[in-house]
Amino acid sequence: MADWLPLFFLGIMGLALLVYIILDGYDLGIGILLSRAEEDEKDQMIASIGPFWDANETWIVLGVGVLLIAFPAAYGLVLTELYLPATLMLMGLILRGVSFDFRAKAKTQYKQRWNRLFALGSLLAATSQGWMLGAYVVGLEHSAVGMAFSAGIAVTLPALYIMLGCGWLIMKADGSLYEKAIAGARWTVLPMGIGIFLLSIATPIVSEVIAAKWFTLPAAIGLLPIPISTSLAYAAIVWVLWQRRILDAGFGWLVFVCLIVICLMSALGLAYSIYPDIVINRMTIWDTASSPESLRFTFYGVALTVPMILVYTVFIYRIFSGKATKLSYE
Amino acid sequence: MPFDPFVLARIQFAANISFHILFPTLSIGLCWILLYFRTRFTLSGDKDWEYAYFFWVKIFALTFALGVVSGITMSFQFGTNWPGFMERAGNIAGPLLGYEVLTAFFLEASFLGIMLFGKDRVSNRVHLLAATLVAVGTTFSAFWILSLNSWMQTPTGYTMNEGVMMVQDWWAIIFNPSFPYRFAHMLVASLLTSAFFVAGISAWRVRDRLDGPATRKVLRTGILMAAVLAPLQIFLGDLHGLNTLEHQPAKLAAIEGIWETHSGVGLTLFGFPDEEERTTHMKVEIPKAASVILTHSLNGEIQGLNEFEGEHPPVAIVFWSFRIMVGVGMLMLLVAWYAAWQWWQRREENPLLLTLLSLMTYSGWVAVLAGWYVTEIGRQPWIVYGVLTSQEVVAEHGSGMLLSTLIAYLLLYGFLLVSYLMTLRYLASKPARSLLTLQQKAQEAQTTLGSLHTPQEGL
Repeated sequence: MADWLPLFFLGIMGLALLVYIILDGYDLGIGILLSRAEEDEKDQMIASIGPFWDANETWIVLGVGVLLIAFPAAYGLVLTELYLPATLMLMGLILRGVSFDFRAKAKTQYKQRWNRLFALGSLLAATSQGWMLGAYVVGLEHSAVGMAFSAGIAVTLPALYIMLGCGWLIMKADGSLYEKAIAGARWTVLPMGIGIFLLSIATPIVSEVIAAKWFTLPAAIGLLPIPISTSLAYAAIVWVLWQRRILDAGFGWLVFVCLIVICLMSALGLAYSIYPDIVINRMTIWDTASSPESLRFTFYGVALTVPMILVYTVFIYRIFSGKATKLSYE
Repeated sequence: MPFDPFVLARIQFAANISFHILFPTLSIGLCWILLYFRTRFTLSGDKDWEYAYFFWVKIFALTFALGVVSGITMSFQFGTNWPGFMERAGNIAGPLLGYEVLTAFFLEASFLGIMLFGKDRVSNRVHLLAATLVAVGTTFSAFWILSLNSWMQTPTGYTMNEGVMMVQDWWAIIFNPSFPYRFAHMLVASLLTSAFFVAGISAWRVRDRLDGPATRKVLRTGILMAAVLAPLQIFLGDLHGLNTLEHQPAKLAAIEGIWETHSGVGLTLFGFPDEEERTTHMKVEIPKAASVILTHSLNGEIQGLNEFEGEHPPVAIVFWSFRIMVGVGMLMLLVAWYAAWQWWQRREENPLLLTLLSLMTYSGWVAVLAGWYVTEIGRQPWIVYGVLTSQEVVAEHGSGMLLSTLIAYLLLYGFLLVSYLMTLRYLASKPARSLLTLQQKAQEAQTTLGSLHTPQEGL
């Protein structure tokens, strides 16, 4: 039993972080875009994420929580090394989370200020997360190349979030906001694509270990589906975005679904690159796994609750499905 | 000394946890109160209860959001500030925190959406279910985090293996000796804090005639809750104290300011503990009372701080925090009983009481913070009592880095706390829309409030 438990938790951690990137990605993206919207559009944007953002954010707590539970030494090392970007990300998430509530409840004259803090917090969180991801992929080394790589992800991840935000709004918004979402997606899709493409090339260059894993022969063929499906999904997004008929016929969700495919494929590629290390070149999952009794105890909890969480998450998304109408407490 | 990274790491964590605890304390209690409003509405169909629910759910949402964001910060700060804790005690702390995320965080965060925005989307039954699940979720959350906190105070059920703590018995870990007392004391603290919070804001609104009959019902709810819970809390606190005497004698000696082990110990009401000279100056004490309270015997012996020299917590801050907590607790009891008596006499709207209650709105926060300082600073120098010191597990950051992030956190928390209080004041001073429509119907011509204020409900 002990042998597969670390693998199980690695899988859960990966799943939680992937779900986080997609779900909190769209609401952070909408947060970043908030500054570019008109007043009534802002209310609609907030309404489209209102019932969800809290639960979306919980996925990162689960991801970090599993790291802590299953690989405590790695948790300590990663968070100590990433102290500054983690702190900035937390401040971003704090500003974003509270502005959401304050803007609707504080005096009307302060509403603009909370809107700006909401956008600033979202951008700060997204950028810091990108930086942390980059630093993690290069094995937490403070080299110039590593920094450049981290900076690359620090701008690409917000672009991905903005795309997800636009994709979400294409589904949830109507009127002028719907038009803006399409225009925003058209503007962002190319920079995001270039970012992901360059980073895919850069990853094996900055890390010899990763290069060795990808460019040995049987593996290289087996891995082809990853770049191929990513490219197809990207092409599909571009195609749909410039086909108004398809968008207007109610197939706007294709953009969001294809973005999910891209996130999934990037996550798989990254997981393959890193495994079986938990911190590249420093420690493997086997070195740092918690004791089997601890993992087994948590395993029961995960096996019981994660399916339930998925079920009620779907339930809540169904309740609030369809175009977002103005949120009302009463 | 102030630039010692260890001290900075502690101040930073203490600042975060102090800021954080304010909000869950309110939201745990508030969501049960909200469930009560919702249930009363469901059973009676009385619109007042529904109005009360929608007024308070906004305040709940704001409070909850502040709790969530500062809580996420904490889940990271365990790693950024105390990486050694997770390396050494991770086998135990990890799963307990994990269960909190799995059984509580998702439940609260997911169903909160329905509580807030579900009115037109779900039936009343589903709405009630969502409110129940959120209340249960916040309580689960308290269960797991207090289990971990209590285990750090009274660790049981583990073995040591090369400096790493290994699980021996989960039951003994979760239900460790101080857990039942601390859990009960904290839950009641939460309900009592919320009772005074709700009563205080309602008293304000009743006094300034900003609201209709619904607020009077809320006021009565708060008063009765407080009147029942205040004495219960004092009783639970006493049990908790006896438990501390048994398991953490050094903490208890600091609370009471007892230096030498002796029998027939007096209860120090007031004084200035001095760690250098190891004595309490200007002591005011009741002879033999501490022995009576703690050992139920006039000549019971209590261990003094000198038995634990070098291994006991800083005395003055624990001593004073305890007195603040108990003082506020007693004040709450007096006010709550006075209010209940006035209610019994049908005089709960007398201006003196309303003013008193609105002054006491945040009294629970003071008591809770002081209580947590007693228990957490009282645990020092240990992070896991008797096993692992805080000094052993601190991260090696430069003090410059820690100082700058500390200042940033303090500014942010200060700003948010001020914003929270100002927003509550604004929400509390805003005349109810229902009141306006009622008045407009009753007396079309002479609107008194309607002309002065333009009601603008939030989203």
